[in-house]
Amino acid sequence: MVGIVIVSHSWKIAEGVCDLAREMAQGHEGIIPAGGLEDGSTGTDTAKIADAITEADTGDGVVILADIGSAIMSAESAIEILEDEGRGINAVIADAPVVEGAVCAAVEAAGGGSVDSVLAAAEESREALKL
Amino acid sequence: MPSGIYECISLIAERIADNKDFLTELDREIGDSDHGINMSRGFTAVMEKLSPDESDIGAVLKKTGMTLLSKVGGASGPLYGTAYMEAGKLTVGKTDITTEDMKSILEAAIAGIQKRGKAVKGEKTMLDSLIPASESFNKKIAEGADMVTGLEAACESAREGVEYTKTIIATKGRASYLGERSIGHQDPGATSALITLEAIRDCMKG
Repeated sequence: MVGIVIVSHSWKIAEGVCDLAREMAQGHEGIIPAGGLEDGSTGTDTAKIADAITEADTGDGVVILADIGSAIMSAESAIEILEDEGRGINAVIADAPVVEGAVCAAVEAAGGGSVDSVLAAAEESREALKL
Repeated sequence: MPSGIYECISLIAERIADNKDFLTELDREIGDSDHGINMSRGFTAVMEKLSPDESDIGAVLKKTGMTLLSKVGGASGPLYGTAYMEAGKLTVGKTDITTEDMKSILEAAIAGIQKRGKAVKGEKTMLDSLIPASESFNKKIAEGADMVTGLEAACESAREGVEYTKTIIATKGRASYLGERSIGHQDPGATSALITLEAIRDCMKG
């Protein structure tokens, strides 16, 4: 099953989005938060993201959703570090809103989707109108 | 090198700590008031990870980069982290560096920052001090200058680069939200890059 990593400056946001996505995608174990710094302060931590990617991967790849500012650069750095270590994990970043994207990605992943289809599901959530 | 790599990173960490409030104040004007705090937190963590007997320049630079990636928290983490990591790749096993090595280190650090930040010169970022610094260094050593003379020229150009950031509009990062209102303020990242270069220069003077 394709893993999902939620990167946020806030650990509460990352944990909360994961809780929501797990509820929408019953049975998906690989939805992993990577929020905040080790000391609990606000920010993004490349090492924490790399660990979350490793934990989320079962061999089918990982789709990452990230929030504002440094989150994307930190996620890109994490992917590069894993590549440099030769870990061979197919990890990609979705260009999508975190909450909506995570829910859509989780549902697609739980249904057996590939990295490409999970990524597409996350990114399609950008187009969803609310009103 | 008159001082070892440990002493060099220590001096950078010390200068960043000394300028913590100054960098944060610059960032308060056009950003999110955290550059000094974030950089200082990052380098405090770096100094906790390094030991004075480490002399492999590449290993120390990589450890510095990995720690900044993890502990800084803001955008300067992946940017400086990548810069140090890329410089570290070129210097594995070295305990001393030539002017040619320094040329490659500066160029690799800049390439790393550009790759990560997808920025070019003229966008009010750390590249506006680093790129002129690297160009001046290369010009000086091509004329036969030694390391310290090259770095003096690099710092002079970096300082001019910081001044130049006062005249331009930010198009990257949080400061870009301000548009024309970012004019008149010097870029915090360009400033911390200048502080870093000055520390390297002073370290090379011994």
